[in-house]
Amino acid sequence: MATHNSLGHEFKKGLWADIHPFRVLLGLCPALAVTNSFVNGLAMGLAALFVMVSANVIVSVFRKLIVSEVRIPAYVVIISSLVTITDLFLAAMFPAISKALGPYIPLIIVNCMILGRVEAFAAKNPVLPTVMDSLGIGVGFTISLCIMGGLREVLGFGSIMGFQVLGSWFEPWIIMILPAGAFLVLGGLIALVNYINDKKAAKAS
Amino acid sequence: MADDTQDNKTPQDTPKSTPESSVEKKVTTPTPDSAPEKPAPKAVAKPKPPAKPKAPAEPPVAPSADKLVVSSSPHFLNDESIPKIMHNVVLALVPAMAASVYYYGLRAVLLLVVCLVTCLVTEHLFLMARKRPTKIYDGSAAITGILLGLMLPPGFSIFGAILGSFFAVAVGKQLFGGLGYNIFNPALLGRAFLMATYPVMSTSWMEPRTVQAAVDAVSAATPLALLKFEGEFSPVLNMFTGNVAGSMGETSVIAILIGGLFLRYKGYINWKLPLGYLGTIAMFSGIFWLIDPSKYANPLFHLCAGGAMLGAWFMVTDMVTSPTTPKGQWIFVVCAGILAVVIRLFGGLPEGVMYSILFMNAFVPLINRHTRPKIFGTMKRNSH
Repeated sequence: MATHNSLGHEFKKGLWADIHPFRVLLGLCPALAVTNSFVNGLAMGLAALFVMVSANVIVSVFRKLIVSEVRIPAYVVIISSLVTITDLFLAAMFPAISKALGPYIPLIIVNCMILGRVEAFAAKNPVLPTVMDSLGIGVGFTISLCIMGGLREVLGFGSIMGFQVLGSWFEPWIIMILPAGAFLVLGGLIALVNYINDKKAAKAS
Repeated sequence: MADDTQDNKTPQDTPKSTPESSVEKKVTTPTPDSAPEKPAPKAVAKPKPPAKPKAPAEPPVAPSADKLVVSSSPHFLNDESIPKIMHNVVLALVPAMAASVYYYGLRAVLLLVVCLVTCLVTEHLFLMARKRPTKIYDGSAAITGILLGLMLPPGFSIFGAILGSFFAVAVGKQLFGGLGYNIFNPALLGRAFLMATYPVMSTSWMEPRTVQAAVDAVSAATPLALLKFEGEFSPVLNMFTGNVAGSMGETSVIAILIGGLFLRYKGYINWKLPLGYLGTIAMFSGIFWLIDPSKYANPLFHLCAGGAMLGAWFMVTDMVTSPTTPKGQWIFVVCAGILAVVIRLFGGLPEGVMYSILFMNAFVPLINRHTRPKIFGTMKRNSH
């Protein structure tokens, strides 16, 4: 029972308490760079989710074998193999998305979020909690990117997933699909999350 | 399993420690914040309750004998107050506003009023949300609104003007902490935001009413754009009076000069800032003019074109976002002037005044730190 509870906790913490781009401020590079549309955010999130879970599971399985002095190179080799799989898969199945994401898929290799989870959690924990933890963090990351991508697409193009949702009266805010818009949206969302947490804390105390 | 539970702490530590520290903060912060606020009127009974030590807009003129209040700029030593200065700045902007109304008619009135009202409302809402006394009558938000309105093209959409004004006050000023804490000139930041948000609308100008009588809203290029993209020189006299296409209040050099000289006469602006900026623009563009007069415009053209005048008299001289030391002011204006000319001559945009000032605004804290006057009587440190 206790294990069950803690497993649920490992999953849930990635969705709010430790949601990476907004609370821990890790994984910001993809969050800022590719979220100019909902689909790009979703694709990036799913790619990172796949790499995240697989890398964490592999590291967790081999955690007793990996010598601690060379653990970072070992992690990077594992992660980069997985990223290469993802990159080739996207290029073969979704060439348009692969082109839109550009170098940011290969850059998942050095994503601090994945390296951080591997180092902080998978290297010290058995497989089952690791799966839940990485799944939670990855899903939280995907949701964050989808929110950012959705907001920026609605404001920057007036559309969502390519469908025009705002009428012709709406003059698109070009800034939202520029890098500056990414920072504005990210800052706004971080502020919102902090505000909600502050409210919660005030209510609790 | 023991291994499991022990290590699980690591990821949990972060969320655990944050509420604790925030609780600690919450316990401690109200004490210094509210203590001087509440007992002050009761116990001390000063003639003027020094409304919060943090409030930057309150005059730090001998608030009380018992403590030294150090607040952010603008500083002043005489009987001037921030509302008085700001209201005089608004007065100084009246000629430019009048010129914009003269050249662009009711459209200019509408845009100016929309910007003004939005800035005031935004300021009021933010001060209310931050539980601060409302200071919308001090005129600083009004100046932001008017300046932003003057920098807009006459054909700008009303919604765009509202959005830009909101951004200018909300992000440019209030998110940094209000008057005195903003790094960037709010009006310029709002204009830059609109430039990135509506790139087409922000750069489509129309001829003033005085040029084309019958038809309204004929699109036209500004003198700087004509020079950059067509290689065509506009007559400087027209630019001096404002009889050219351009942003509403930026075109009429004479109207801006009247306002600027009024501010100088009142002693609110340091002559170094506007004249240093304009002088740098003139000298730096003059070098290129001397090299090739057929390709580059003369310095007078560069002084009268675009936002150079409005920027020099009303934005470079912003008390909050310009350096406080004399040496720092020179660095600030010379760098900004060179940047403006470089953008105009070699950049992708025809006009560079806005970005030159915003760019140098970012360096103001650094400039202030490194141009501190030496303390008299101290020894030079060898290790430095």
